[in-house]
Amino acid sequence: MIPEALALSAVLFTIGTIGVLTRRNAIVIFMCVELMLNAVNLTFVALSRMYGVTGQVFVVFVMTVAAAEAAVGLAIIIAIFRHGQSVNLKNINLLKG
Amino acid sequence: MPTNLPLFYQVHFYLFGLLAIASALAFVTRKSPVAAALWLVSVMFNLAALYVMMDAHFIGAIQVLVYAGAIMVVFLFVVMLLNLGHPDELSDIRGKWGRLAAGLIGIALLAQIGVLLRTRFLPSLQPPTNPVFGGAPDRGAVGTVAQSLFTEHLLAFELTSILLLAAIVGAVALGKRKTITAGTAQ
Repeated sequence: MIPEALALSAVLFTIGTIGVLTRRNAIVIFMCVELMLNAVNLTFVALSRMYGVTGQVFVVFVMTVAAAEAAVGLAIIIAIFRHGQSVNLKNINLLKG
Repeated sequence: MPTNLPLFYQVHFYLFGLLAIASALAFVTRKSPVAAALWLVSVMFNLAALYVMMDAHFIGAIQVLVYAGAIMVVFLFVVMLLNLGHPDELSDIRGKWGRLAAGLIGIALLAQIGVLLRTRFLPSLQPPTNPVFGGAPDRGAVGTVAQSLFTEHLLAFELTSILLLAAIVGAVALGKRKTITAGTAQ
């Protein structure tokens, strides 16, 4: 079942990437990043069946980082929304020269 | 690795995998952020089922608790806070078929719980016996992870606490309303 799990992980990661590239809502893009992290977690768990439990420990760390990232990222999104009353990336172009 | 897995296992593995892919596709294509978030929760539940099937019971549990429970609630909370949901797409009254399907699924889940209450410890519910994890049954599914987490990776584990503290402080500092002139908070 490991090859199937790795293939599923690749498909989910690709869907997440497509979402990041095509969506315009900053919050949905963040959720796509979470989907990509989940795909990587699936790879870790699948390979931990073969190479020992370290993969599962790494999944715990990835989840911690994802939680921290979600907290800070959503705070940034709220700050951006206060600044421009929008979370659409079309309207967020402060760094454009 | 056992190559001749039972058919029951294979069917469920593919079922949860396909459900995860379908939910992910629905997640990327929904217009409403709330619908997208709920589809992402579906992806996470299916992945948790796959984790359990791959002998990672503890990871499956914290996948449901942390990801589907905590992180997605934060996302939904921010969507609600910024008032981004499209109310016309969010009517919670389903049609006849939706209610019928929901009722059937509910009855099926209740029947499953009833069967599980009557059965005594199915062999398939035993803790993982994968030889890679070093004779897990005496320590359970959490013990194998904890053993590695608190010995080999103890430093990294302690460092994550600093990371979380930094994230909390950063989130509060960023989310706080700026009061340039002191005392006149909006």
